[in-house]
Amino acid sequence: MATMRTPIESGVPDNRPYLHPALLKNYGNWRYHDRPRPGVLHHVSHSGDEVWSVRAGTQRQMDVYTIRKLCDIADTYAEGHVRFTIRSNIEFMVSDPAKVDPLIGALTEAGFPVGGTGNSVSMIAHTQGWLHCDIPGTDASGAVKALMDDLYTEFIKEDMPNRVHLSTSCCEINCGGQADIAIIVQHTKPPKINHDLVANVCERPAVVARCPVAAIRPALVNGKPSLEVDEKKCICCGACYPPCPPMQINDPEYSKLAIWVGGKNSNARGKPTFMKMVASGLPNNPPRWPEVSEIVKKILYTYKEDARSWERIADWVERIGWPRFFEKCDLPFTKYLIDDWRGSRANLNASTHIRF
Amino acid sequence: MAKKMHDTPMLDQLESGPWPSFVTGLKRLAKDKDYMVDLMGQLETSYRTKKGYWKGGTVGVFGYGGGVIPRFTELKDENDKPVFPDAAEFHTLRVQPPAGMHYNTEVLRKMCDIWERHGSGLIAFHGQSGDIMFQGAKTDKVQDAFDELNELGFDLGGAGPAVRTSMSCVGAARCEQSCYDEAKAHRQVINTFLDDIHRPALPYKFKFKFSGCPNDCMNSIQRSDMAVIGTWRDNMRTDEGLARKWFDAHGMNELVNNVISRCPTKTILLKEVKDVAQGPTISSVKISDSHALEIDNSNCVRCMHCVNVMTGALAKGTDTGATILIGGKRTLKIGDLMGTVVVPFLPLKTEEDYEALVELGQKVIDFFAENALEHERTGEMIERIGLVNFLEGIGVDIDPNMVATPRTNPYVRMDGWDDEVARINAKKTA
Repeated sequence: MATMRTPIESGVPDNRPYLHPALLKNYGNWRYHDRPRPGVLHHVSHSGDEVWSVRAGTQRQMDVYTIRKLCDIADTYAEGHVRFTIRSNIEFMVSDPAKVDPLIGALTEAGFPVGGTGNSVSMIAHTQGWLHCDIPGTDASGAVKALMDDLYTEFIKEDMPNRVHLSTSCCEINCGGQADIAIIVQHTKPPKINHDLVANVCERPAVVARCPVAAIRPALVNGKPSLEVDEKKCICCGACYPPCPPMQINDPEYSKLAIWVGGKNSNARGKPTFMKMVASGLPNNPPRWPEVSEIVKKILYTYKEDARSWERIADWVERIGWPRFFEKCDLPFTKYLIDDWRGSRANLNASTHIRF
Repeated sequence: MAKKMHDTPMLDQLESGPWPSFVTGLKRLAKDKDYMVDLMGQLETSYRTKKGYWKGGTVGVFGYGGGVIPRFTELKDENDKPVFPDAAEFHTLRVQPPAGMHYNTEVLRKMCDIWERHGSGLIAFHGQSGDIMFQGAKTDKVQDAFDELNELGFDLGGAGPAVRTSMSCVGAARCEQSCYDEAKAHRQVINTFLDDIHRPALPYKFKFKFSGCPNDCMNSIQRSDMAVIGTWRDNMRTDEGLARKWFDAHGMNELVNNVISRCPTKTILLKEVKDVAQGPTISSVKISDSHALEIDNSNCVRCMHCVNVMTGALAKGTDTGATILIGGKRTLKIGDLMGTVVVPFLPLKTEEDYEALVELGQKVIDFFAENALEHERTGEMIERIGLVNFLEGIGVDIDPNMVATPRTNPYVRMDGWDDEVARINAKKTA
């Protein structure tokens, strides 16, 4: 057992010691940027200083050897400074343009794709999955690796109408976040309750309170205090599982994957939008989840083909309309895609705006 | 010294293909660590059976109540013994990153050394909450690992019903669109709430996120209870040299179809130079000898589109600050909520401005702590009690910028109307 040591409650570290010297010198004084090639950003300061940032994809869950390799590259070409993006890409800042190409060469040779800038498909933001989560319906790192293998060329090129953000979440709680295209595990059956364990493990009122549709109530089962679920009401959200693991929601067969599209957090052009569910019932099929990749690619390449420049997926769908989106992407529009949750009327079409 | 690797045919499959493979990383670690051999055994089992096998528990460090995510295996044999005993515990330390997620190699190498000594050697830059995730340590190693990371200048982040670790964009360090000092705001706000991060005692989680402009690269509007999104309120600046350069490279079709017609409020006009208007809210810039862009800033909503397309030619103004939106979250338990505007513009220039931001955060958290139900997020609380009650609770005046439209349903008590009209008129004339 370690000895008692009072923590230093330092909180967020000061980032100034870690900033590349050119960034520190020109802090808050940048004038504009452009992109000389995919994967490279070129920023120009009001002082006249210039900095090139080379962005590379990583596997996010990195072993120390991978990180040390990236450090070696940063020491050789990028003055020992890096930063990470919200999508787990790594960026190397370079103040000498002559070092950009050798840096790209070194990254490529070490297996790190250079890209993820501008109108590319960036690395997929994702969750922990079977590697570390306590409630995952599927893996995340594996599904992401499988899909990024397929989308490799879309990462290293800037060929899309606008940037495309993807995310993967291993359950409906959706820690993976909002995205232009999101892959989310969906439970399709109510929880299976192990009544012998509930009384010992679960704080029953807390579980009852957690249910969004009041489908859970206390019950006496086999003479023991337990819980029961009104299965007709249950929406299979899985919210009861974390406070009560004997309410098993994950199922090797009935945990399915769903696809959502059109999420956008930027205010550019239109207001930010939530993503919408467009496909469901896809099998949880490791190690490559081919059925999921197929639909994601169908949507992605239909967008690439059909959207105008600067249209994000949300902008594109707004222009062509949802009926045409389903038609073009060859996806069935079923009754389950009509919202019946709170505020659902706002999602219905209260107009004669119809495209024929 | 490492034990024999388990057969992992499904994970092996994920070593093929051009994208960097986490499985290759796991295998490299497994060469020296029995821990990782068994971790791969359990992960392969999940791939085969399509089930997860981790459960939570209580593991922490001295002095803190949160910040470590405990994981114990549930993959047991008929005698209730772990099938993969060397990886029966696989806890993660959540560690707060520097603002903007900047590092030097010296500190990264030190992190690697610490985690190689005390943990699995697997690190995620970064988790979805922004933490550096030091993934995989046994219970008796958690304190040692934390002590060394803490001595290196790093601190645990949040978990459970607490203020959570925050994220800020690259910001002023390398972005011309930065509207405030994101790193300063991030540090100043978050470090005020360290006690609420380290000792979880709130109704539920509370997240701050900091984006330097309305492009919102941190997705603060959908993913944080209090989103600080940079903006400006004076006129857009222009640069004729860069504007002409852009036009020469892109031409009239792109200018019309991708800049002017994509403006959501149609506030940009293309005019002949001689016709360009002048005025206190007008910005203009020549794109050629004959033509210019005219922008009426009073009708600009700072959406960023034209600024993104013509970087530098069009640029944010100089009277900068942030819009504050409260209540963003996803899914559990009433569905997705966007943050709602509660402060249309908060200047962020002086020390006092940054203190006002911290003070606002404090008021919101205090109100949340006192009024939210257990396991209720701030946005859900606001939906339950109504925005007006929330605003009165935190002492913020209402503003028409807070709504998309005024009320559309008539079912409301209006008997305080006259008093409110009098109060607002008195305030206007004061």
